Amino acid sequence: MKHTPFDFQKLKDLPDENGLFGQFGGRYVAETLMAVLQELEDTYKKLWNDPVFQADFDRDLAHFVGRPSPLYHAERWSKELGGAQIYLKREDLNHTGAHKINHAIGQALLAKHMGKKRIIAETGAGQHGVATATVAARLGLECIVYMGAKDVKRQSLNVYRMKLLGATVVPVESGSRTLKDAINAALQDWVTRPEDTFYILGTVCGPHPYPEMVRNFQSIIGREARRQCLEMTSKLPDALVACVGGGSNAMGLFYDFLHDESVKMYGVEAGGLGIESGEHAARMAGERQGVFQGQRSYLMCDDDGQITESYSVSAGLDYPGVGPEHSHLRSVGRAEYPYITDDEALAAFRKLTLMEGIMPALESSHALAYAEQLAPTMEKNQVIIVNLSGRGDKDIHTVAEIDGLTF
Amino acid sequence: MRIKKCFEGLSSEGRKGLMPYITGGDPLLAKTAETMHTMVANGANLIELGFPFSDPVADGPVVAAAHERVLSQGVTLNDVFSIVTEFRKTDNTTPIVLMGYLNPVEIMGYQVFAEKAANAGVDGVLIVDLPVEFAGGLVAELRPRQIDIINLITPTTTDERIAKICSMASGFVYYVSVKGVTGSHALDMEGIQARVSHIKSFTDLPVGVGFGIRDGESAAAISSVADGVIVGSLLVAELAKHAEEGDACIERVGDHLSVMRKAMDKH
Repeated sequence: MKHTPFDFQKLKDLPDENGLFGQFGGRYVAETLMAVLQELEDTYKKLWNDPVFQADFDRDLAHFVGRPSPLYHAERWSKELGGAQIYLKREDLNHTGAHKINHAIGQALLAKHMGKKRIIAETGAGQHGVATATVAARLGLECIVYMGAKDVKRQSLNVYRMKLLGATVVPVESGSRTLKDAINAALQDWVTRPEDTFYILGTVCGPHPYPEMVRNFQSIIGREARRQCLEMTSKLPDALVACVGGGSNAMGLFYDFLHDESVKMYGVEAGGLGIESGEHAARMAGERQGVFQGQRSYLMCDDDGQITESYSVSAGLDYPGVGPEHSHLRSVGRAEYPYITDDEALAAFRKLTLMEGIMPALESSHALAYAEQLAPTMEKNQVIIVNLSGRGDKDIHTVAEIDGLTF
Repeated sequence: MRIKKCFEGLSSEGRKGLMPYITGGDPLLAKTAETMHTMVANGANLIELGFPFSDPVADGPVVAAAHERVLSQGVTLNDVFSIVTEFRKTDNTTPIVLMGYLNPVEIMGYQVFAEKAANAGVDGVLIVDLPVEFAGGLVAELRPRQIDIINLITPTTTDERIAKICSMASGFVYYVSVKGVTGSHALDMEGIQARVSHIKSFTDLPVGVGFGIRDGESAAAISSVADGVIVGSLLVAELAKHAEEGDACIERVGDHLSVMRKAMDKH
């Protein structure tokens, strides 16, 4: 693979004023969305640098989410692997059980400042939907969550959670009836009544300014991890590992380390049943780039440019596009994007549960499985930080089904 | 140059353009060219021909269903070029504007796309999710082949953007109201009229308006304030009935256009 030369120090300055990370990103949307995206960008840029807004955001992260999340040394597991020391960034301990709450709060605060009364969101497995319904409930905002009809059926418990939180869940019957179709439906809703509606997007994808905005709201993960690692080990980590669906938890961890040349970064994609099977979500394993849902990025499509369906055992990684900043980091060679299959992720799920008493989300299990391969290739005094982006309670049904059990 | 000639001809006759949209491959791949000829015979001046995309996010449910329908037949961008080639065998004057989303064009490559479009006899290209800021690369391939790039303007487009769009646009400008036709019809018409005049203060290009046109009356009303009337969903909804009703739906598309044509010319 040929990489473009890049300047470590300048990586953090992206995107540019057109929302581009190198050639990726941008704002590839119909003219109907331009005005509302510009309004969002202007408000976001103003408030992100406003100390009052920052104080509100920090207070909510501390008292509502429970930050900082711990950095935990998985000693027993590290010892068994016999290589680098593995530290887990415990985003699973956040309120609602995953990192999604960080950007949901940030965006909901923006909505409040903009005087929007109605929140819309898309969700795949339901984690972002639950996080959004949670912050909407707390701020007393109406909340509508679009969810592919197939996912509504697969994730009935999260659908009920959202309903208990006062949200309306709208099943989307078009296309593949999964996450990408839910995003389409949310965008369509937004076009028809932008004046009172705020779209809380669930990852570092979509048209500018979403990839930048969601990353910045998530960058608290890396800022904390950097400080905690220095306190605990007196040095920077040697490697960061995080799973990548759209890429919000990974960008959140990576961002504050982008300029640290010694820190390697691994974004782990879902290899599903294996690349050769065609049933996977390893967008960056191929060389295909294109434009989808408002951005230029690596993506999965056929020779006619039609978006193809992705597959993964973990719904949160089951998406045919990937964030533009990850696409850029991959194309310049700053980060690597390996993949992990369903079976490897499930094995890591069981391993961490047994070795450390921590049950990880299946999404995060992909990152753990890669760390398991990476650690033995490194020295015992080296440090890997794995982003444990969510807890695994939501996946117990999936794992039980694989074990042949039903409740 | 067919688009320019078309509007010049209409203007000299004191008439307005009737510009129907259908999706390439609808109702069947083998029937699209025939449907296009029927539309022309019933008064269409310019045809917008959609090429399918798996995720037509800017379209309403009726047109989105057409994309799904033709994709399930396996229709590709190359098939849509073949439809144009077929149509051009017996009609070398009616302008054709291809309308769709960027990714199929990206994957084909801008240069190949522009070459194939020119060879097939395409006159204009409207890429829904390619805003003017990012359109330079495609325009550079289309312009030397005399293919117009058609851009959308909406009720919320700022003056700064209207200026930018008009400086790149050629052929005509497409004004689309996304709000539908709720509320007072008379008030809406005033709004559209004001908006079209405003756009015309930025450009000498003709302005076509798409506004949920349902019948002769609404077509005539729009044609009194714009250079062209764009009608899509109504026709696409008729073609959706092909599976049950066969070719009668193609005739009904012709009937709708004929009614609109008469109402527009009487105005």
